[in-house]
Amino acid sequence: MKEIHVDSITAAVKELCMTANYDLGQDVVDAFKSYHESEASPTGKGILEQLLENAEIAKNERVPMCQDTGYAVFFVELGQDVHIQGGTLTDAINEGVRQGYTDGYLRKSIVEHPLNRKNTGDNTPAVIHIDLVSGNEVKITIAPKGGGSENMSGIKMLKPADGVEGVKNFVIQRVREAGPNPCPPIVVGVGIGGTFEKSALLAKKSLLRNIGERHADPEIAALEVELLTKINKLGIGPQGLGGTTTALDVFIDVYPAHIASLPVAVNINCHAARHKSVKL
Amino acid sequence: MDWVRITTPATDEDIRKLKAGDRVLLTGYIYTARDAAHKKLVELLDEGKELPFDIQGQFIYYVGPSPAKPGKVIGSAGPTTSYRMDSYAPRLIEQGLKGMVGKGSRSQEVRDAMVNHNAAYLAAVGGAAALIAKSIQEAEIIAYEELGAEAIRKLKVVDFPAIVVNDVHGNDLYEEGVKQYSQPM
Repeated sequence: MKEIHVDSITAAVKELCMTANYDLGQDVVDAFKSYHESEASPTGKGILEQLLENAEIAKNERVPMCQDTGYAVFFVELGQDVHIQGGTLTDAINEGVRQGYTDGYLRKSIVEHPLNRKNTGDNTPAVIHIDLVSGNEVKITIAPKGGGSENMSGIKMLKPADGVEGVKNFVIQRVREAGPNPCPPIVVGVGIGGTFEKSALLAKKSLLRNIGERHADPEIAALEVELLTKINKLGIGPQGLGGTTTALDVFIDVYPAHIASLPVAVNINCHAARHKSVKL
Repeated sequence: MDWVRITTPATDEDIRKLKAGDRVLLTGYIYTARDAAHKKLVELLDEGKELPFDIQGQFIYYVGPSPAKPGKVIGSAGPTTSYRMDSYAPRLIEQGLKGMVGKGSRSQEVRDAMVNHNAAYLAAVGGAAALIAKSIQEAEIIAYEELGAEAIRKLKVVDFPAIVVNDVHGNDLYEEGVKQYSQPM
């Protein structure tokens, strides 16, 4: 049994909040560059150049790449041979968010009640997903999620008879309807199967992959490539102003489904596909 | 592609010259306002009261900036999604607002108000918040400080980069751009 004190979790989370918002992943930067080569629209090319310049400024000056520093969403892999000392994991993560968002000059975007809309002032609470895994390590991943792209996500309970064509149509329809709103070029996370809520979680979790990282199952990988190609033919383009770069990538995760059900969830990420991990 | 320069407050003539697709550099003072601030502004108009700033010829930037680091006037400041302001925008356009800067498409009501009252809608690059902040030289909260990121700020901008989406002639760059680049599947 390994013992981990809550203070080290808080410190790690604080740092994750800041670096995730300042430092865009190299995979996304590389994708901007490669799509800049292929982009047909001059306006679209100009926008990709601005995004590259923006990422550089944010990294060098340690300022947020986007003013919407997001809902702090965490995926925690908690080894079952770990004992958390000195408090609870949830409190430790929230304290890290409080410190990271305040000391890091990150925008606090969370309201304490969805209807009354009063800001909590410290970007807490976080949304925390915990998976109990084997081993004696804790892996904490943050994926700050902006409101503009989150609002364009969707879920549909398809009929099993709708099959893969139904899934493709729904994903493409969601992206088309989202248009310029989620800050294209987007990253599209798709969850297929499970239950209503499981499909949404699969979609969100798939967004933790790096751009270009294909699903292990060749059939799902082929579906990802097919959807990416089709989405980039929609013409939406960078910022929705027209062009051939609408999505940087499409990630799909699947899970067993009920004989009666075919849930499909689409979670859209803006071009700031932020995620950072730490292992304790 | 050339840049069109606009200095605020803008005249009707300035706005009429803008065409969808033009790249614009804005200089002068612009005002920030987003969801909660818009609600308050329209409530003031409903009550027959004065707005906290003279809206004639002005531009509103839909933004909720991140906090300024020490020594900086503002934090990162990219545009927020505009459609959430659609139910309020026509009222402000009727009052003399000449321009809005945000991201994403507008409702038909807003587009009609722009055509009828000579106003334009510009897109800034969503997410390019650290880059855009470079063009903001002063920032002062002038109303609704309690709203935090949503407070109304008066910004002094120099060469703030944007792209015209909706002009007074009824053009919409989002529709035209997508039409131009969409391919058969």
